[in-house]
Amino acid sequence: MITLEHLRKNFGASAQAAVDGLSLTINAGEICVLIGPSGCGKTTTMRMINRMIEPDAGRIVVGGRDVMQIDAVELRRSIGYVIQQVGLFPHMTIGENVATVPKLLGWDPPRTAGRVDELLALVGMEPGLYRDRFPRELSGGQKQRVGVARALAADPPVMLMDEPFGAIDPITRTRLQDEFLRILRELGKTIVFVTHDIDEAIRMGSRIAILRAGKVVQYDTPERILAHPADSFVEAFVGGDRSLKRLALLTAGPYIEHGAPTAGAPHLPSGMALRDVLSVMLAAGADEAGIVGTHGDVLGRVTLDAIRNAANMAKS
Amino acid sequence: MLADAWIYLLAHPAQFSLALGVHVALSASALVLAALISIPAGIAVARRSRLALAVVNAANVARTLPSLAVLALVMPLLGTGFAPALFALTLIALPPIVTHTLAGMRSVDADAVDAAVGMGMTRAAVLWRIELPLALPVIFAGLRTAAVQVISGAVLAAFIGGGGLGDFITAGIAMMAIPQLLVGAIPVSLLALGTDVLFGALQRRITARGLRTA
Repeated sequence: MITLEHLRKNFGASAQAAVDGLSLTINAGEICVLIGPSGCGKTTTMRMINRMIEPDAGRIVVGGRDVMQIDAVELRRSIGYVIQQVGLFPHMTIGENVATVPKLLGWDPPRTAGRVDELLALVGMEPGLYRDRFPRELSGGQKQRVGVARALAADPPVMLMDEPFGAIDPITRTRLQDEFLRILRELGKTIVFVTHDIDEAIRMGSRIAILRAGKVVQYDTPERILAHPADSFVEAFVGGDRSLKRLALLTAGPYIEHGAPTAGAPHLPSGMALRDVLSVMLAAGADEAGIVGTHGDVLGRVTLDAIRNAANMAKS
Repeated sequence: MLADAWIYLLAHPAQFSLALGVHVALSASALVLAALISIPAGIAVARRSRLALAVVNAANVARTLPSLAVLALVMPLLGTGFAPALFALTLIALPPIVTHTLAGMRSVDADAVDAAVGMGMTRAAVLWRIELPLALPVIFAGLRTAAVQVISGAVLAAFIGGGGLGDFITAGIAMMAIPQLLVGAIPVSLLALGTDVLFGALQRRITARGLRTA
């Protein structure tokens, strides 16, 4: 668990603090997305957690330890760190890059080598093919795969990720988001993830903290932020299509009503997102859809009314 | 004429090897001294952008001074001989090494340094394992430039009694003795060219494999 208490940071003589009395609790195993317009303090907040920036006031507790009481170098070795531009070391091979933190921690060479291959395989980079290559031989997406593998090398419980997919083309980005979401969830990491892309935040976040002028405006699950924006700023920030975004997060299963669907209604799987169910219904001109289980058995139906209710409010 | 120079050389073997030895010793010492001063100084100021700018400007001004003028300015202060010549040549070698060290350090990818610090490398580890290997090819280019300048500049050491191959040239000019002049001029030219080729080859060797363009 990570707790940030009344954090404050002011750069230089600027009257406006970059981070202004910010408090936040990040549960273990969750992905906390910090999002907001540029200058909102999201990156500053993230960088204070591993003391790349020292706070002027406030307290940060990671895993029960006050970070200001720990040697900064030791602290950083226990926290994974991924940045947008990746920052691979160009004079080292991919394998040497991934081995950085294990080497700093003094692991013996066989253990380090085994870990490097394991991680390269985990992020989808065939170890035999890539271990001895150099960063300049990789594409942007491959570099970020290596960047994430490098951050995971010593198995840190906490990861800081600053717009890790920001410099990657949209198609690769979506694939990497899905892949890393699966990996990071399986590994049970606690993650602080900075982005300015609301769709990415909704896709990746267990919880989203919306920041404005160094303060948290709203901190909640993606579903609840979309259903109940705290104010007009959040509402504008999440966008006019927030109902559709929310429907994209919900699957048909929980909204099934008993009864046979009318003749001619489309039949769709229960794991389908409500947004897609709605789309099929609109295309078919139907008022409801039959929902089928994994074996093709009809479970019931989802009606337009149910979708409308799901979009507008909190079933949560 | 070349044959006459060869005959002159064969007639004065001790004098020639002494001059060559002094020339190489003078140049090498000046280069090593200048490197020991400039490289740490360059590294130290690289992070402070205003100080770095001041150093680069000062170095660029210093580079415009003719080598002979530097030697001539040193003589009234330190007198004549090997030591004043060494001092002057060290001064000549400082600017190219310091400017290249600064350029090399500032060419290091800031994101690689940020990642290194963020992963828990100490300042010293960042310097030795990230910054220096990445800056080394550029720093080495500065040493190469300085080495050639110092070998050429050392010819002028003869004017302040520093010895070296310049002795043959100045004497040759003074007495219009072309063979003697060539015994100084040809070896010093070969020395400068050879050094440039040698340093060029070394520069490729010390460039990390990941940085070499295929």
